[in-house]
Amino acid sequence: MPNYAYIVLVPLLPLAAFVVLGLFGRRYFRGASGSVGTLAVLVSTGLSVWTAYRYFFVDGIIGDRNADGGYRQVIALKAAWLSFSPGLSIDMSVILDPISVMMIVVVSLVSLMVHIFSLGYMKGESRYGTYFAFLGLFTFSMLGLVLSGNIFEMYIFWELVGCSSFLLIGFYFDRPTAVAAAKKAFIVTRFADLGFLIGILILSFHAETLDFRTLINRLIEPTSQLAGITTASFLGISLLSWGLFLVFVGGAGKSALFPLHVWLPDAMEGPTPVSALIHAATMVVAGVYLVARLYPVYAYSDPAVLRVVLYVGVLSAFLAAIIACTQTDIKRVLAYSTMSQIGYMMLALGTFHPAGEATTLGFTASMFHLFTHAFFKALLFLCAGVIIHRMHSNEMKDMGGLRKLLPLTHGCFLIACLAIAGIPPFSGFFSKEDILLAAWHADKLVYGIALLTSGVTAFYMFRLYFSIFWARPMREAGGHHGEAPLTMKLPLVVLALGAVLAGFIPFSRLVTYDGMPQAAHGVGVFAVAPVTLAVIGILTASYLYRKEGGRPAKFAAALGGLYRLAYHKFYIDEVYSFITKKIIFNLIGKPAAWIDRNIVDGLMNVVAAATAGISAGIKGLQSGKVQDYALYFFAGIAGLTILFIYLYT
Amino acid sequence: MSQVPLSHILMLSAALFFIGMYGLFTRRNMITMLMSVELILNSVNINFVAFNKYLYPDRLEGVFFTLFVIAIAAAEAAVAIAIIINLYRNFQSIDVEDADEMKF
Amino acid sequence: MNLSLLIIMPLITALAVVFCRTMGGIRWVSLAGVSVQLLLSFGLLALYWRERAAGNGAAMLFEYSHAWLPSWNIRYHVGVDGISVAMILLTAVVMEAAILVSWSIKPMGKEYFILLHFLSAGAYGFFLSLDLFTVFFFLEVSVIPKFMLIGIWGSGRNHYSAMKLALMLMGGSALVFVGLVGLYYSVGGLHGFDWVAIGQMHLPAEVQRRFFPFLFLGFGIFTALFPFHTWVPDGHSSAPTAVSMFLAGVSMKLGGYGCLRVAVFLMPVAAKEYSPVIILLATIAILYGAFATMMQSDLKYINAYSSVSHCGFILLGIGMLTRTAITGAVMQMISHGLMTALFFAAIGMIYDRTHTRLVGQLGGLLKVMPFISTVFVFAGLCSLGLPGLSGFVAEITVFMGSWQRAGELYRLATILACASIVVTAVYILRATGQTIMGPVKVASYNGLGDATWNERLAGVLLGACIIAIGVAPFWLSDLLEPGVRAIMDHAGNAFGIK
Repeated sequence: MPNYAYIVLVPLLPLAAFVVLGLFGRRYFRGASGSVGTLAVLVSTGLSVWTAYRYFFVDGIIGDRNADGGYRQVIALKAAWLSFSPGLSIDMSVILDPISVMMIVVVSLVSLMVHIFSLGYMKGESRYGTYFAFLGLFTFSMLGLVLSGNIFEMYIFWELVGCSSFLLIGFYFDRPTAVAAAKKAFIVTRFADLGFLIGILILSFHAETLDFRTLINRLIEPTSQLAGITTASFLGISLLSWGLFLVFVGGAGKSALFPLHVWLPDAMEGPTPVSALIHAATMVVAGVYLVARLYPVYAYSDPAVLRVVLYVGVLSAFLAAIIACTQTDIKRVLAYSTMSQIGYMMLALGTFHPAGEATTLGFTASMFHLFTHAFFKALLFLCAGVIIHRMHSNEMKDMGGLRKLLPLTHGCFLIACLAIAGIPPFSGFFSKEDILLAAWHADKLVYGIALLTSGVTAFYMFRLYFSIFWARPMREAGGHHGEAPLTMKLPLVVLALGAVLAGFIPFSRLVTYDGMPQAAHGVGVFAVAPVTLAVIGILTASYLYRKEGGRPAKFAAALGGLYRLAYHKFYIDEVYSFITKKIIFNLIGKPAAWIDRNIVDGLMNVVAAATAGISAGIKGLQSGKVQDYALYFFAGIAGLTILFIYLYT
Repeated sequence: MSQVPLSHILMLSAALFFIGMYGLFTRRNMITMLMSVELILNSVNINFVAFNKYLYPDRLEGVFFTLFVIAIAAAEAAVAIAIIINLYRNFQSIDVEDADEMKF
Repeated sequence: MNLSLLIIMPLITALAVVFCRTMGGIRWVSLAGVSVQLLLSFGLLALYWRERAAGNGAAMLFEYSHAWLPSWNIRYHVGVDGISVAMILLTAVVMEAAILVSWSIKPMGKEYFILLHFLSAGAYGFFLSLDLFTVFFFLEVSVIPKFMLIGIWGSGRNHYSAMKLALMLMGGSALVFVGLVGLYYSVGGLHGFDWVAIGQMHLPAEVQRRFFPFLFLGFGIFTALFPFHTWVPDGHSSAPTAVSMFLAGVSMKLGGYGCLRVAVFLMPVAAKEYSPVIILLATIAILYGAFATMMQSDLKYINAYSSVSHCGFILLGIGMLTRTAITGAVMQMISHGLMTALFFAAIGMIYDRTHTRLVGQLGGLLKVMPFISTVFVFAGLCSLGLPGLSGFVAEITVFMGSWQRAGELYRLATILACASIVVTAVYILRATGQTIMGPVKVASYNGLGDATWNERLAGVLLGACIIAIGVAPFWLSDLLEPGVRAIMDHAGNAFGIK
């Protein structure tokens, strides 16, 4: 059994960077903070890649490597952390299986690229050291999350990821919009985490364990002692389904799926490299990862739960694509694009059905898309970072004709757009095609919507592309500084390479639902429809946006109310705002505070006042007048006399 | 001739007693209060003598007690007047409501 | 180890302070005394571990007993087990931080420090006592110093708050006394007030039912049991910083400790019968306290109401009567004590500089005073249960433990308690966003200084303890386990649940 214990260094090195930079960065490291953080993540990336090599090609295989060998799960290490009762404890355990190894490569690689990019982007920033400290904290949390072998351990890292996100979104803390966005992100994801927590409580109580492997084994065992979880029900739905549904709610919040997506566009207030790392490639896919981690249980349980996953996924994908067509802020377009792509990943996971063709294609397709998406989305955000850095603005109306000014960015952006639109031979084509194939086998309607969405995706991405790099007369290169420093160009090139080549990795051989390789299916006639739609989308965008003109405005006016609805993001933010301010604050919060101040406390004050009143009444007896005292004296004697007469006769 | 019934004398002394009590509780002038106290004492005297004559005619304890009460009433009247004079010196009034410093 | 040292040490320090002439002398003598107490507490922990490792499985260690009032069988009886050791550590740490934070108190500094030492002596005695009368004695010792400290050195409506606090706490003590006397006569006066001996008996159910409400309610008032929690917001907010830290950090835990060790331990049958009521009141406190906190605009009121909400977890854990839930309740006592002391310290530091506690008048403090702001954010994150800090450990233990009690009502209570984490996040982030982040509200704030050495030390001390529990909770749960097991074993089948 090979020893993977060194894997604990992979998350711990960025943590060390956080501690060192957090405590000493301001005074002792200053400008060198970036290098410290980058170095730590560099070593982590190296270790991750080496582990991936070892796992996938050397050690992890069971059975014959070339025939049916699958990949097994390896528990690299396990240490009891908090014990509730014998058998039920939170352990710090590290699990290595195809998805976790894939994820540590993705997370550490993208984090490394973002670190290098930030060396140039954040140069001169006053809280340089703090920035890299927070990046290190985030990287630690995310790596810990994907390596977690215990469901509560994953929850711990889940919350830490949320906290790092809060700290990074609110990095420019003197901007009220940034503060508000950070708060919103934290609170919306916290609300979703509540679902996750209750789901954990339900599942762990019935399975009597928190360890992933044991939990999954016990919950899918049809003859186990856990009759309770499948027969017990609440409101007609079995407890197992409730548990899984609530866990999915937690994942949906973190992954910004409808209707818990409202925090993601606002999160663009953070620095752009942060958006690239957290809100594009890593944190937002945590929800998808969670469902994938518990996939055997989802597959085993009531198909209704996976139906919910499927529909929420496709709805998010479609809605986000529509909204992205109308936004004018570059980062917001990319944010909605992220939401849409995550919708694709979720819907792929939801396509499981017990019998029939390609039952578990969805799992592989989802993970494949997660992998490729990380590359081209991070690339898109980093290109946006270069553009914003250069043009000092986020709005599309300030751009135009930047082809010569930012040539490398232009090339990389184009590659990323082609990848996301699903044009062969870029990576996005392969992963999206797998998803659509899985959807076709599951539900034709969902397939239709997903297909349409891919066309819309191509449209809005190329709308963005043309608006930035074409649309106006070309601006000449030159000026006092070049396109960008080397530290900002290098990650673009690396990620672009990834976006091009990642599609050729034989994912179905490596990452599957049960570890066994699946036959890779060739690209066939099925690919015609999505590619055609994508090309139509690109051409439409070119027609409308390539040259500056009134065509888009006329088109928008023709759509009228629909356009307005999409522009205002379907008024979902307003609904949330109404619910929180008018309902929760006014109808619950204020009355609670009022009742406490006036009624509960008032009761105590009334008691005190009553006591004081009685006292004031009684003290009148001490009048100081002799005759009153004489009267009391007489009254007492009269009373006693009557008493004695009554008692003794 | 038949005797005056005992109950008549007792009623007389009771009436005097309660008149005396009323006077003690309601009069503001301290001398008048003293007079009422004398009334009370004297009503008690009548009671003693009456009981002695009607119930125990051959004994004299009641009468002796009455003599004691008369003597003590006289002494007490002297002391009370002395107190009233002192109170007058302090409060410039013999109204009992003006001497009310022993209150809350 | 002579446990009485812990009670005598604060009294000696108070005496030494009496003889000091300068303010500086008073401060350093107090600090020295409190540091010695801290060392003694750590020493106690080490000795305790050594005894347990050596195989000593007795329920109480380091016992010492001396007859006090023999005619009523009242003894001065002290001893510790894991739960007591943890609470003593909490008291020592909070007192050290409190003395450090009170460095520049004026006027009448000497009286202030003397009263603080009396407070701590009362707390130590309470946690050490094994005789019910002595428990009551030490409970009362600390009420009058609190009254004077808030009334003289407090701010805002301090006279009203001091009076309300003193009267309500004395009301609680009166109820406790009724319960104790009832117990005394029920066991025939033979064992008197001896907690250990009564603990080995099984009291008849009727007796338990009669006196449990008195004891639980009386101690519960100390821990902000709804609806008798209203002394908390006014009391904590009007008190000077160190007193708020002690009140919220240690004093409120006296109630929880009493509820657990006296009420629930001695009367398990009644505890089981009354547990739905306890759970109902605790859940109300958690949620209603959280919603009320959301609407406050004074930082100290925010923290005080949040203490009501967090102490609801303690009562919820005790009410659920499962092993894990009770362990969670004790952990919450310690974690919340540290966290709220830290939070009050940060608020006090801010108030000393800006002379305002209103959230609307503060803003952008991260730029002006980074250390204090970091401490504030740290305490806020602990309050909302961020993993890696102690609040998370305590809360999840309570949640896991509460879920183990089957039954629709209990599950619903657990879900409602879980829902409070969202509301907590809302009010903490609102407070943080408005005071710490954002642009600097008033230009004059720019010249304000950051934390001084004593304030830094206090913050670091409390923060280190919070992290120690948050990152490595196993040492705490191992410490508490024998004590909780003793409670569960004594209850036997009475609880009817694991």
